[in-house]
Amino acid sequence: MKLQSRHLLGLEGVTADEISLILDTAESFREIIERPIKKVPTLRGITVLNLFYEPSTRTKISFELAEKRLSADTITFTTSTSSVKKGETLKDTVRNIEAMKINMVVVRHSSSGVPYFLTQCLDSNIINAGDGSHEHPTQALLDLFTIRQKYGKLEGLRVVLIGDVKHSRVVRSNIWGLKTMGVSVAVCGPSTLLPYEVEKFGVDVYTDLDKAIDGADVVNIMRIQLERQQSGLLASQREYTNLFGMTAERLKLLNKNYTVMHPGPMNRGVEITPEVADGKASVVLEQVTNGQAVRMAVLYLLSGKWEEEE
Amino acid sequence: MKKQAYDLVIKGGLIIDPALGFGREAHLFVKDGKIAGIENDTKAWRKKIDSMPDDMVIDATGKIVVPGLIDMHVHLREPGREDEETIISGCQAAAAGGFTTVCCMPNTFPAIDNQETVKFVLSRAESADARVFVIGAVSKMLKGEELAEIGDLVKAGAVAISDDGDYVQNPQLMRCALEYARMFDIPIISHAEDQYLCADGVMNESFQSTRLGIKGRPAVGEVIAVLRDIKLCEFVGGRLHIAHVTTAGAVEAIRQAKAEGINVTAEACPHHFCLTDDMIGGKFDTNLRVNPPIRTKADVEALVEGLVDGTIDCIASDHAPHAEEEKDVEFDQAPPGMIGLQTTVGLVKTGLIDKGYLSWADAIRKMTQNPARILNLPVGTLKVDGPADITIIDSDKKWTVKKKDFRSKSKNSPFVGWKLSGKVSQTILGGRVVFDGK
Amino acid sequence: MPKSKTEIVMDKKSIDRAVTRISHEILEKNDGAESLVIIGILTRGADIAKRIASRIKEIERVEVQVGLMDINLYRDDVHHKLDQPIIQRTEILFDVVDRNLILVDDVLFTGRTIRAALDQIIDFGRPRSIQLAVLIDRGHRELPIRPDYVGKNIPTSKDDRVLVRLLERDEVEFVLVEKSGLKPKKKNSAKKKVKKIKKAGGGGKAK
Repeated sequence: MKLQSRHLLGLEGVTADEISLILDTAESFREIIERPIKKVPTLRGITVLNLFYEPSTRTKISFELAEKRLSADTITFTTSTSSVKKGETLKDTVRNIEAMKINMVVVRHSSSGVPYFLTQCLDSNIINAGDGSHEHPTQALLDLFTIRQKYGKLEGLRVVLIGDVKHSRVVRSNIWGLKTMGVSVAVCGPSTLLPYEVEKFGVDVYTDLDKAIDGADVVNIMRIQLERQQSGLLASQREYTNLFGMTAERLKLLNKNYTVMHPGPMNRGVEITPEVADGKASVVLEQVTNGQAVRMAVLYLLSGKWEEEE
Repeated sequence: MKKQAYDLVIKGGLIIDPALGFGREAHLFVKDGKIAGIENDTKAWRKKIDSMPDDMVIDATGKIVVPGLIDMHVHLREPGREDEETIISGCQAAAAGGFTTVCCMPNTFPAIDNQETVKFVLSRAESADARVFVIGAVSKMLKGEELAEIGDLVKAGAVAISDDGDYVQNPQLMRCALEYARMFDIPIISHAEDQYLCADGVMNESFQSTRLGIKGRPAVGEVIAVLRDIKLCEFVGGRLHIAHVTTAGAVEAIRQAKAEGINVTAEACPHHFCLTDDMIGGKFDTNLRVNPPIRTKADVEALVEGLVDGTIDCIASDHAPHAEEEKDVEFDQAPPGMIGLQTTVGLVKTGLIDKGYLSWADAIRKMTQNPARILNLPVGTLKVDGPADITIIDSDKKWTVKKKDFRSKSKNSPFVGWKLSGKVSQTILGGRVVFDGK
Repeated sequence: MPKSKTEIVMDKKSIDRAVTRISHEILEKNDGAESLVIIGILTRGADIAKRIASRIKEIERVEVQVGLMDINLYRDDVHHKLDQPIIQRTEILFDVVDRNLILVDDVLFTGRTIRAALDQIIDFGRPRSIQLAVLIDRGHRELPIRPDYVGKNIPTSKDDRVLVRLLERDEVEFVLVEKSGLKPKKKNSAKKKVKKIKKAGGGGKAK
């Protein structure tokens, strides 16, 4: 049993069998994190480059740790400005990488489509750590893992994704992954932050938070970027919190045994109250640990030998 | 050596000239760079032709012979970006595409907002393989703030004005431009996309842009811009021409305006009636990055309907050369535009004529008679004593678009690899063969 | 086309006896069960490990802790195979430090699996000793690894397949060798035809 592509660019088009393989493999890797020596020699001799064009602490550290725990050699290249502004084009940076014989590249970039771009100019396996508003597959996978871990299954559950759907790659990857695994999905946010024709994903669309979460099992809350206020997409942070902030009171609308998720970092008091963030239904910290296991699983599954491509 | 009565004869072709209302097989004679006459195929004329030396006879049997085509929307990039295209190379591409006349847009560096630059372009074009007519700027430096010296531009030879690339966002300025241009009876060509609605957008706003997580340019941005310009034109008078129409809403607005007698004309580009936005897909091909963007199937259908019922008067390429390294970047960083001079005829044949939407006569009208009329150009017809600008097309010839055949300095085209029908066989400019495709 | 031949080399009874004998041998060598922990290599090594633990409990009335280990992450050929092995969950819920650790596998062949297991165990801690118990030793070692306790030695050729089936997992129980069907190279020592020498008359004396 094997993944169909030697890259992980997104969850669109990834089959249920492949997702199950990744999650099952992540189960086994989860155990390694609890060992006294949290290291296995599996990726020894493999070089992984973390190419982070967008600032990110959590995802970057999570990947770096996953790579080191698999005994890979890792290097991280960060830049907070786009390649064009810096003068060196993405293509030129990539050419330098090619010359260094890197086996795998983990890339995060503010432009959608950059991971695909890399597959066209590098021999390395490419893992998308977030491209523009397009996809963030490992985040969605760890979300799926966390849900499956709690409920023992995915099919038949109801998950609501809340926040700035328009600009969120986490929401998009989650929609693809959840729908493939038979989960019923709803999105909720202010109309200005819902993208055009979002219902065509096959999700229910709400602008009323209470209606959205009524009868749901899981809420996955996205961080709201307060800068959106400037471009007319948000009236004010206060208004957003009133309409869409997750409070303990609102949680009562959810099914028993509900779960609260957030990819982090959280704006406490904005999209989520501290009470909910630290409540017993919040699995935010598990998400972080599971992120390790999922990323190790992805690195392992992509690192095998692949038949020559045409 | 016997003095020839004619310099060139194109024999046996199906001559289609919408301006003359002509459409049958005949022989076309050229003398001193002008059209000398069109004659039927009689024994006498056949004898005459057989007596002419071989190098003066072009056999167009089985082919279509039309007035040299006019592309009224082309970017020649000179002055300023000679690495992407020069007037000479652009006209070579035009000739290979069957275009004997091109109209170049003013967004060069410096912009064509002064008479020196108009004269520069025209003098460069003197030795080119196509006729170049200049479209001057509406506003100084295309900034959309102050009117350019339009009188000077017209005096130096400009045939229209446009701020193409940008919409004249300030309605007051557009009003003044229409009023001012009225004095010279030249059209204003509008790139109709509201700058605020479309800001930072790099593809059509639809489920496709949602799925790819890319900022979109909504169709309503074009519709609003078109409606505003139409209303100003109605109020002020003057002549309005909408460049590269792409949306169903805009087609409907123009149709309505024409019905009301408002002096508005419109053009459409092959990439807007042959491509749909779902083709961008997971590959993020920057050759599909263009303003206005490629739209949905419904828009394409409406555009074709507009071409069929005459709402859209012209077909133009919006030939926009870009350096390879500038296009080989992230999708949202790539400059918009694609080359088109050499693919227009093939795409019109394959995408419109073969599908039964337009006849050759209809299509040719949109690339000869109509642009000539709108811009008041002394070309676009095969009338006697007119310039001998002629295009010969092998209508059913099948060919594949190849990068190495592009004569433009830039190769940014999404049609590479496409199998098309309809290839330009020869192009003749003022009696001189400037392209021979054999 | 040469047919492959299959041969059952151990049936349920003989497997049971082997496990019992190995359990006794372990207790004898380690002076009882107090210092012991057992780790079985997934999949069937783990099944046998559990049987050994339960046999020891019967004999000695002592509960020995059993762990299960997936060694695939420590393999030396992880990046050379087209089909990556599926990783199962390792479960070692005790401390290995300073214990006599019995490592159990079903079939010992090249020794590479055991090498990977040894590396993995060391990453868990430093046992007092590691002793190897296998149900079948089929020879053809590629590394210097030797077992301490063996159920049965079975000579095989390298291309043969050895299959272990256990009731708790496969509903049947046996150890089977599937001969590869490749004929061994014929040496010139074909059976000599014994000629019957008829002698006329009675037996004469050889000259």
